[in-house]
Parts: sequence; C-alpha cells; structure tokens
Amino acid sequence: MEAWLSYLRNLDKRIWYVLLLLFALAFPWFIQSNYWISVAVVFGIWAILGLSLNIIVGYAGLFQLGHAAFWAVGAYTTAILNTRYGIPILVCMPISAVIAAIFAILISRPILHLRGDYLCIVTIGFGEIVRLFLFNDPFGITGGINGIRGIDRPSFFGITINTPLSYYYYVLFFLLITLVAMQRLENSRLGRAWTYVREDETAAETMGIDTVRVKMLAFAIGAAWAGVAGNIYASRYTVIAPETFSFWNSVVMFCIVVLGGTGSIPGIFVGTIGMVVLPELLRELPLLTQAFLGLLRAPLGALGGFGAVEQKLMMISKSIADNIPMWRMLIFGAAMVAMMIFRPEGLWPHWRYRLELRREEEAAPASVGTAGH
Amino acid sequence: MALLEVKELTKSFGGLVAVNGLDFQLHEGEILGMIGPNGAGKTTVFNLISGIYPPDRGEIKLNGRSIIGLKPHQITEMGIARTFQTIRLFPNLTALENVMAGLHCRTKAGLWGALLRTKAQREEEKFIREKARYYLKLMALEEHEMVLAKNLPYGLQRRLEIARALATSPRILMLDEPAAGLNEQETSELMETISQIRDSGITVLLIEHDMKVVMGISDRIIVLDNGIKIAEGTPEEVQNNPRVIEAYLGKEEE
Repeated sequence: MEAWLSYLRNLDKRIWYVLLLLFALAFPWFIQSNYWISVAVVFGIWAILGLSLNIIVGYAGLFQLGHAAFWAVGAYTTAILNTRYGIPILVCMPISAVIAAIFAILISRPILHLRGDYLCIVTIGFGEIVRLFLFNDPFGITGGINGIRGIDRPSFFGITINTPLSYYYYVLFFLLITLVAMQRLENSRLGRAWTYVREDETAAETMGIDTVRVKMLAFAIGAAWAGVAGNIYASRYTVIAPETFSFWNSVVMFCIVVLGGTGSIPGIFVGTIGMVVLPELLRELPLLTQAFLGLLRAPLGALGGFGAVEQKLMMISKSIADNIPMWRMLIFGAAMVAMMIFRPEGLWPHWRYRLELRREEEAAPASVGTAGH
Repeated sequence: MALLEVKELTKSFGGLVAVNGLDFQLHEGEILGMIGPNGAGKTTVFNLISGIYPPDRGEIKLNGRSIIGLKPHQITEMGIARTFQTIRLFPNLTALENVMAGLHCRTKAGLWGALLRTKAQREEEKFIREKARYYLKLMALEEHEMVLAKNLPYGLQRRLEIARALATSPRILMLDEPAAGLNEQETSELMETISQIRDSGITVLLIEHDMKVVMGISDRIIVLDNGIKIAEGTPEEVQNNPRVIEAYLGKEEE
C-alpha cells in the first residue's frame, strides 16, 4: 500500500491532473445513470466543503467542529435573498460567501487565542447555536423546522441549470475553481504563514507574522468557501432545512479532512469518497451485486448449482444495504479509531503533515521550495 | 540618544522577581553583552523586549518611542529581531522556507494576490526566494537550503536561526546564547559572524555564557544577578569588578 502510494505520488503530477480532468469530464457518458451523476454532484459539494474546512483545520491547524454552521449561513443567505427578494442565485453566491466570512470573523475574533480542544468546543457550540436559531426561527425568516422551499435554479445567459447532468458540470466547474484556489493559497505568502503558525506559533509571531490576523483569515476564507458550497447546495435541492446543517455533518466534514489526510488536496477527495460516496455505494449493494453476478452468470452458469450461491450473496448484500444506515456511525467511529492508531496522518497525507505526526527523518521532496511548479 | 532605552524594567512570575528595576541603554552600532549566572533574568529581558511578556513596570523605548504593549510581530516589524536559547526553528520546513518566514513582515501579498497570482505577487515571491537565498549564503548555509531544519546539524541550526532573524531586516539583533553547544571552531566562526553583522550596521544585544565570546566581541557588557544589574562597562572593567566575581564565584568568606 505504502509503496504503491508513493509510486503514484512520484508520477508527474501534470499527467494525473489531465487524466483526472478528462475522466471527470467524460464521467456522465460512460456512467449513463442519473442516479450516479447525482451521487457525483453530492461528492462535488462535499469535496468543496472538505476543501474549505481544510484551510482552517489543515493549513492553519485550528480544530473546527462547527463548519456546517458556515455552510448553513451560506445556504440560508441565498435562500432568503432568492425567495424573498428574487435575487438571482449566482448573484447570491458572493453575498453568501461574504456573509459567511463576516460570521466567521465575528465568532473567531474572541476565541482565536484558545488552543486545540478549547477552540474545538467553542466551534461545536457555535454550530449548535446556528442550527437552533434556524430551527426556532426567531425573526420569521428561516422557515423554522420546514426550512425554505422554492429556491430558484441558477441561470446565466438564458441557460438554466436544472438537470442532474447540467448540475454535474456546474459543480465540477466550482470544484475546479476551488482546487486551483487551494493550490495557489497553499503556495503563497499567506499559505506559508499558516504553515509557520501551525509549526510554532510563538516563533512565527516573533518572526513578524501577525498570527491572530493570519488565523482569522483562515477562518474567514474557509467559511466563505463553505458559504459558496451552501449556495450550490440550496439551488441544487431548491429546499433547505435545519437538520441538514447538524453537528453530525460538521463531524463528517472534519472526518473528510482528517481521514483523507490533513492539509492534502488529494486526501480530501479520498476522504469524501470514504465518508460520502462509500455509504451510498453500500446502500446500492444489491444492485451492484446483481450486476456483478450478471457478469459471472455466463461463464459460471455452465457449471450448474450456481443458483443457491447467487441467492445467498443477494441476501447478504441486501441485508448489508438495509442495515447500513443503522451501522453507519459505528463503522465510521471504528474506522476513525483504527486510523488514529495505525495511520494518524490520513489515507493520502501531505508529506509535511506526515513528518509532523510521525517525526520521520526524511528529506524534503525536490519540488518544495524551488521557484514555480 | 540611545537606540534602545530600557528604564526600571520589572517583571515577576508569582513571587519570583525575574527582572527588577533594570536600566540600560543600547547604542547604535555596538555589541552589548549581557551576562549573569543562570536564572539572573537575561532571557526574561529578551522576552520583555520582544513583547512575549508584558512588563509589570518600566519602559522600553526604541528610538524614543515606547514599544510597551505592542505585539511581538509589531516589535519585529519595528526592527528588533531575536533568536532563542532553545532553538525554535520550524522543524519540518526546509532551511529556505525558514528564512522566508523572516521576510514575511517585509512583504505584503495577501489573499487576492495569492488567488489571482498577480504580476506583483509573482515578483514578490521571486524577491522572497532570492532574498532568503541571500541570507542563507550570508550564513554559509546555501548548500543546505533544501534540508529540513530538524535534519541540520546543531551548529547549522544555530546559524539558520540567525539567518532567519536577519531576514526580518532588523536594526537590533538579540542573540540568546548563540554559542551554546558549538565546538571551538564553530564558536570562533560565530564570533566573526557577529562582528560582521555589527559592521553591517546592525546593533547586537548578546546573551552568552561563553566568556571567551562575550569578552572577545562585546563593546560593553552589563551583568545581571537575580534580576538586578550589578555592573556595567567594558569587558576589562566588568572582569575586575568585585561584585561580578562575587556573583559568579560566591563570596570569599563562604
């Protein structure tokens, strides 16, 4: 596994980028299923959420377990502006981002001097406050438990995004923008400042880095991006309700970052697949088993006596699929514990985080620190 | 007027008075050595000047302007850089990236520059790298720019810390026991380096236990004991001061 991963990592990155992009562009054609295209859209939205949280947790090293709150602020800002004032979805997007960022600055300013677990607890509290606010609807704007329905689809130049396929490319577009932005942030003066703060806050401060400002920027940028994801989510489903923005979903985002590999962009994708796509796959297990058995039937049918095995397999896969929602949390919990013991740096870690966690004696890869990329 | 003026500086931790009514002046272009037995309060003085702790009482003025209450990064920006007694490099970053940290406060690209990769931002990035390489070269570390800080030998880590501090373009450089753990040859190279830094126009405030180093390169020396300044003067004056000898060796009748 380790050798295989390092082999993949050492291949020229650009080849991978191009191949992945081609795959992403062609995906709807060879999958030919609206269901799986919709799953891909969900994947895209969660990947954007994971990448946005990665700025806070990964780059700046701040524990944040209330990220769903910023997602909610973005989604509700869009929903309210759109349904009440008829502001187009795409105009709402930057507004959502800015409002989410303002919330982030307001709540993070007084708590940024807290470290680790304390900061984490405050963010959990903030997440719950936002969810309860939406739920109780004190100003009559959030629609209470029913949420807000009738949100428009995004449209531009007379094109309306309203099919799974068009949403697929819509989300893919924003995911690509997010990826480019993350890559650029990571390799910038600001990105380095986050690394310095993460490595040694006191040393960073005495080197002339305004650590409070830099950490607040991480919060604000991460929140703004979650706000954009909220806008995309709201227009994708046209209905939003408070239970979507629960603590559980903040935990899922946190797990995406930590399981995938803190600070690592490919890690976020691996984490999103594990946390969001895999449960979906398991739910569809009978269908997949049936397809798999269908493939085997021709060569194995001739042997005879296959029917009993087939029935048994179908039964097992059906019972797994039925029980998955019940067992989901337990499985994630167990996976989390196992990961923390055996691979604390995540499935596809950033090399630097592996060093921070494992204290390995390793030289830096040749690509680091040289001009350009 | 003194470049840095410290007046009646006092700091206590619980019942322990670490620095007690300390007065001293740092003149432009000199190397001022600060010595004293362990626990005399030398590092606390550094932490007070660099803004890591607020003082209980007293005044610190840089060029006649008070720097009390400023945050450490603001003080660095005003031109006071330091190194740490226990090396505090960024261990998992390369030597080059460590020095680039020092250039942070002298550059300004922010979020939009990073996202849009403007021409100004790209030029600034290039400037940061070139400048960082310049300081690495200055401290004879150019061959190690890609090595992670924690994998450097101890002596080089000390030099890297000085390079990182110099990268902030300081007017005053505070060195906290730079010769600790160095061998004889490294120590004499260090003395030369410190003199060169002074000659380049940077004022140096130096804490050092190695008497050969302090006496050899300091223009003036102040001696601290139990947070109080017990002597001040040229190396010769200090060496012959009975209170200094007492602080280091104990009273004769004991």
